[in-house]
Parts: sequence; structure tokens; C-alpha cells
Amino acid sequence: MHVFAAENLAFSYNGTPVLSGVSFTVRPGELVCLLGPNGCGKTTLLRLLLGLLAPTAGRATVGGREAHATPPRDMAAAVAYVPQSHQGAFAYSVLDVVLMGRAAKSFFFGPPSAEDVDVALRALRRFSIEHLARLPVTQLSGGQRQLTLLARALAQGARALVLDEPVTGLDFGHQARFLEILRELCAEGYTCVMTTHFPDHALWVADRILMLRQGRIVADGPPEDVVTAETLGRLYGVDISVFPIARALRVCVPDRIRRLCRSARSTRPPG
Amino acid sequence: MIADRGKPARAAFLSQGAPWLLALLLAVAAVWSLTVGNYPISLADQWRYVLDLCDPAAGPATRQARLVGVVLGDVRAPRLLAAVLIGAALSTSGAAYQSMFVNPLVSPGLLGVLAGASCGAALAMLAELPWTAVQGCAFAGGVAAVALALGLARLSRGDRLLLLVLGGVISTALFTALLSAVKYLADPTNQLPAITYWLMGGLSRADKETVLKATPLFVLGMAGLFLFSRQLDLLSLGDEQARSLGLSVGRARFWLIALSTVLSAATVSIAGLVGWVGLIIPHAGRLLVGPSNRRLLPTAGLLGGLYLLLVDDVSRLAFGVEIPLGILTALVGIPFFPLVLRNARRSWG
Repeated sequence: MHVFAAENLAFSYNGTPVLSGVSFTVRPGELVCLLGPNGCGKTTLLRLLLGLLAPTAGRATVGGREAHATPPRDMAAAVAYVPQSHQGAFAYSVLDVVLMGRAAKSFFFGPPSAEDVDVALRALRRFSIEHLARLPVTQLSGGQRQLTLLARALAQGARALVLDEPVTGLDFGHQARFLEILRELCAEGYTCVMTTHFPDHALWVADRILMLRQGRIVADGPPEDVVTAETLGRLYGVDISVFPIARALRVCVPDRIRRLCRSARSTRPPG
Repeated sequence: MIADRGKPARAAFLSQGAPWLLALLLAVAAVWSLTVGNYPISLADQWRYVLDLCDPAAGPATRQARLVGVVLGDVRAPRLLAAVLIGAALSTSGAAYQSMFVNPLVSPGLLGVLAGASCGAALAMLAELPWTAVQGCAFAGGVAAVALALGLARLSRGDRLLLLVLGGVISTALFTALLSAVKYLADPTNQLPAITYWLMGGLSRADKETVLKATPLFVLGMAGLFLFSRQLDLLSLGDEQARSLGLSVGRARFWLIALSTVLSAATVSIAGLVGWVGLIIPHAGRLLVGPSNRRLLPTAGLLGGLYLLLVDDVSRLAFGVEIPLGILTALVGIPFFPLVLRNARRSWG
């Protein structure tokens, strides 16, 4: 059984095609990274998977049910959404934000139950941020805020996560920690689909990489097969080298940067 | 933020205690407001009045007690109740609008309800309809204006919130123009002054019958908003997050707009245009208890009721003649606004 499936998915906005002929499936426990340049349709694809948009053609399904046609409450039980880190308009407390993940569980009316609070606190404890529970989210660092949204996703009870550039704007340490947590969640059976602007992030943690260019999937497979100098070069339009630095780990460096560093080193004054 | 450990504790105390404290203040202010006026009524007289009410068989014993009964029961108490309910209604519907439109600078008039209600009332005054019909027309005008805004938003596809705001702008402009037309046609010796004065807002026409009729509407409307408070929280995250958290966004927003519209239109049909309350009071409420609507709505309601009660006391007591309420709420509200903005720049909290 697939968690997510796209069948010949297409979407156009005011007649302009954004996505066309997109097909792929995501199995339970997979961590899939979507790579692609700005404007390639990554976020649109996530929205289609979340049922926020109706496809122009084809189908996007979650657990076999068509995403857009499924009632929001049922969707929320299956998929949780972790948006890009931003402050939001109102200064809710961390606990309030995580409890919003429970709103669909209970009937909406009425206060959160003791069980809801318990689940929310457990989710915060899991990421070691329960001491922040009473703080307004506007006072958190980007990393803490992102962990709060992840805690909300867990409190929601869905086993599949859709994450839109979840580590953009986080410091290097928090990026690594956040991606490591996603890896752990997938080991427990959670399924993650995330977008990122850094091919390195995909090389660190992805089981599978989808490359999206001009609304079409141009590569789909495990990182070792898909991430090469050639595919990356074509994807981003700049020459990129991929270096192995350890067993099963490689890093990407744009050739221009590499040349820049080499020439800087050779022209550096001695002593 | 780690260093400032006292802050969350103080915030928690405030958010727990604020509604009770406000309720107490409101009760004290209400009793005091009943004593003051052209005909001062002592607390003892008030108490005797309450006792007489509890024992209808006996009835007021003296002439003076009967007079107290008329002043309290027919004039002052209805007006007080109207002030509290209207302040509370404007504040809660303002808070709901601010959450719904993910924008803390929004006021309950966003979708044209105030313009529509003013236009409806002016039209009824032009036609020289009786006072109850004027109230009905005001209410109907408010509902019509919001319906027009919703209909216009539905015409095109795209960002719902943006389209609703645009629909509201158009609807407001249309009904403002119609109001001008009505004023232009009105007889300048008696109709025009009546319309103009009524638009400045005031509670002098809040009689017992009207207030008793409107009370259930206000109470039900506010209770409805309160029941929707968790949905409001979700909506305030934006449509995408709200839907992905399981909310049927369109349906929830429709009912919330309907409830807010009923509340706002009812305030106009009793008291005319009372500006600024719906914009400022929710902010003050958020400063006290934070943005979570389950706590914010009751707090804003109590605070708004207290505020309008005190402003109305000023309106009827400060000078020999009554000052229109809308003028006072604006004059009091505007100095408060820079404070709100300064706080808002840090976070809308």
C-alpha cells in the first residue's frame, strides 16, 4: 500500500502549466526529498498531495483516497503539514500551537481535553522543548519554532508528514538536528516528503530523491543513483561536482566556488 | 528568554485572572453607573428597588420608590445593558474578524456591515418609517452589505481572504455612496440632522423594549463565536494550515462571518456607528491574555462592555448635553492606537 501516489498529475494556474505528467509513489517509512530550482513546482506538488489544490488532470492520493476530495478532517488524520518556518500573525504559546494539532480529533467545540494536553506535552518532551511550552512562539528561535510545528504534526496523530523547506532559515546545527529527527521518525514508520534547496540535505538523509524541473520529474531514485554531477548540473543550470568524503556520504560543490577557492589559495600572500 | 523566567508565570497569572477581575470591575462599574445621572439614586434606593422587584405582589410603597423604579428600570438599566452588550459585541466580533482575516488591524466593518447598516437606517428615516422599522432596516442593510461582499468574492477564483477584503471594499464604497445619496435627498431641516446625529452613535434611544428584544440576539451571537473559538485559532494560521489541521475552512468562515455580522448589524441598529471599539479592545485583550480565542473572546467581551459603559457614562454626564458616543470612542481610541502599534511591531500579541 502506498502512502502517497501521484498518477499523471498535472496542475495549471490560469492556463499556465505548473506541473505536468507527474507520477510517483511513496512507500511507508520512506523519506523522500524533492529537489529542484525555484519555481519548478515543488510547493505546488506538496499542496496537491495535501489536498489544498485540486489537480487539473490526474490524481494525487493519500492512502488510496483522492487528496482534494477527502474531507479535511480525514486528511488531517492521515497527513500532517509542516510549513516553512515563519512567525505567524499572533503570539500563541507553544502549547497552544501544539494543541491546535488536536483540534480536529476532538469535536471542535469545547476546550482541549486532558488527554489532548497530555499528548501535546509528550510531543514537546520528545523534542526536548517542553520547557518552552508557555512561551509565545514569536519569542522562539527558528529551530525551536520548527520543532514546535513538528510536535504539532505528531500530536495530530498522522503517520505521514509533508514538509515544505522545513530547515530553510535554520542555523547549521538545527538543520542537522531537524533532519536527524526526521530520519528517526521514518525509522519508526512515519513517512516524510520534504522539499529542500540543498542537495546536501537530500544526500544526508533521503531514501529517495525526486528531481523536479519545469513541472516535470526528471529523476526519481535513491541518492546514490540520482545525485550526480550531470543531473545536478542540468537541474540547477550550473556545473556542480559531487565528492565522496566517507563511505556512503558525498558532498556537492558548485564548480565556480571550487575554482574560486583554489585561485584564492594560490594567490594568497605567503606567511 | 531563558533569563526572564518570571514572565511566563506572570503571563499565566494574568491570563487566568483577567476575565474574573474584569467581570468584577464591570459589576462595580455597572452599580456605580446606575447611581449617577441627572437624578442621583443612592445604593440604598437601588437595593430597595431590587427587593421590590423580587416581591412583585407588594410593589413600590412610596411615590419616590415608584420614581426610582421608572428611572432605573425604564431608563438607566436598559441603557446600561445596551452599552455593555454593544461594547462586548463589537469587541468579540472584532476579535473574531482579526483572527479570521489573519490581520490584527481589521475591524468589524471590514465586509461593509457598518456602511450597509447606516445606509439601511438612513433610508428608513428618509421614508419616515417608525423607529422599530428603522432598526430593522439597519439590521437588514448590514446583512445585505456583507452578503454582497461574500457574493463578489465568490465570483472569481484565487486567494479567498484577499477576495473577501476586496468584496468588502466594494460593498463599503457602494453603501457609503448610497448613504450620501439618501442624505442628499433628505429634508435638510429635520431629516438630515436626524440621520447625521444618529450616525454619530449614541444610546439615548436605547429604550427598554428595544434592549430586551436585542439581548437574546447579542447573547446568542457571542455564545456562538465562543463555541467557534478553536476554529478561530486555526483560521488565524492561514487557510492552508487550518485545512491541513482538519478544518473545513470555507464552512467555518461562513458561519463565523454570519455570527459577527449579526452582532455588528445589531449594534448599529440600536446605537448607530460606534467606531474604534472593535479594533482597539481586542488588542488590549490580547495584551492581557494572549491570542488564544478561548480566553481572548470572553476577555475582549468583558473589556469592551466595561469600556463602552464608562464611555457612555462620560457621554451622558460630562457636559450639560449628551456627547455622541461615536465621537468619544474615536477620541479615546485614537491616542491608544499608537500604543497598540508600538506593541504590534514586536509581535501581534
